[in-house]
Amino acid sequence: MNTSADQNTKCEVSFTVNGEKKSVLAHPMERLLDVLRHELELTGTKEGCGEGECGSCSVLLDGMLVNSCLVPVAQVSGTTIITIEGMSSHFLMKPLQEAFLECGGAQCGICTPGMILAAVHLLEKTPNPALADIREGLSGNLCRCTGYMQIFEAVSKAAPRRAAK
Amino acid sequence: MRADPSDYKLVSPGTLKGVLSLLSSEPSQWLPIAGGTDVMVLYSAGKLPNRNLINIWNVPELRQIEVLPDSIRIGAACTYTALREHELVSKEFSLLATAASWTGGIANQNRGTLGGNIANASPAADSLPALLVYDAELTLVSVRGERQVPYQNFHTGYKKTVMTSDELIRDISLPRRFSGYFSHARKVGARNAQAISKVCLAALGQCAHGIIRDVRLALGSVAPVPLRLNETERVLTGQKIEASLIDAARKCVVKEIRPIDDIRSTARYRAAVAGNLVAEFLDKLAAAGGRA
Repeated sequence: MNTSADQNTKCEVSFTVNGEKKSVLAHPMERLLDVLRHELELTGTKEGCGEGECGSCSVLLDGMLVNSCLVPVAQVSGTTIITIEGMSSHFLMKPLQEAFLECGGAQCGICTPGMILAAVHLLEKTPNPALADIREGLSGNLCRCTGYMQIFEAVSKAAPRRAAK
Repeated sequence: MRADPSDYKLVSPGTLKGVLSLLSSEPSQWLPIAGGTDVMVLYSAGKLPNRNLINIWNVPELRQIEVLPDSIRIGAACTYTALREHELVSKEFSLLATAASWTGGIANQNRGTLGGNIANASPAADSLPALLVYDAELTLVSVRGERQVPYQNFHTGYKKTVMTSDELIRDISLPRRFSGYFSHARKVGARNAQAISKVCLAALGQCAHGIIRDVRLALGSVAPVPLRLNETERVLTGQKIEASLIDAARKCVVKEIRPIDDIRSTARYRAAVAGNLVAEFLDKLAAAGGRA
């Protein structure tokens, strides 16, 4: 980026989202969350608290789980992002989706995209997680409906099914 | 009121040299941003006083962890995740790895940095008591050169530090001489993840035949700065761990700290818990016979 850019100047930021190359014209401090939702119309990523406490806006940034409300868009230049929309072809998606349905892991749905991405991030690092691992892996994602137990159960059910496939 | 992004600049020099030259060009005008877990929260709430930000997330020099024969040098923009996943940090500096695991949730650990935690200078930060007991030394850099500052001299008051506006923390160096110590870390908060501590403790101790040879204690959230308990350490050193000593330590801790009432807890509760945490550590130290 040009360091002499004037204030109020938008800049072009290019990155890959869900396998597609994208280029947006944005103010560098715009939140990745807003660019995803408003510019790219990827509204599966939800805004909950807007201050990094609730995990509703979780996305994978170069494979790392992040809160997209805390990422200025200028920092994603050249990166690869996966949002919930990009999960449909992921090998963990089917087992997670089935287990969430069976266990009642989703109710109002606001936390669900973030929960799924946090679960994917966990299972990629820890294929056979203990309950303590699941609790820790999802500890940054708040849910006001389920009381969490159904979600923990869903993730622990999904783990071995993934191994079986 | 929510911030309007068009009011803010964010530039990415991409090199340490570029960052430092920008910091010195307009003193006090530029705020470094790494993972944004503190800065973006203030920004979004419209409470960030700075309008000009420098991206230091993509500066490679700040992301390295270097293992030397006598020390480990941690780049200031290393994340909590990088600390947790580093084998030597987990083995020889377990208090730091444990504190990293308490900080935020996984997403915030993937973005939050040790240097950011230090520069933000919150007395409630979970990782800072560990740096005190491990005798951390900071390297501050600017276009004028570099200087080493013992971490215990870094904070001068609530959110005040010795850093000048053109300086940046480049790395945090920890001497590798505590692996033989018994170590104990404990956080008391509403929950471990996300919630900020009411009180947290980092402690190291060595004893032989029940006598404390060396002890190092630091607490978070009990004073305007992360606090090393020098007086309590003096009371304990050379003494046999028994009920009367634990009682004396508890009393000394309460005299040494300066807790306040705030949204997370009360001064009275913090004083009681601070004493209890030190007492718990001494019990465990005695039970372990001072072995790591």
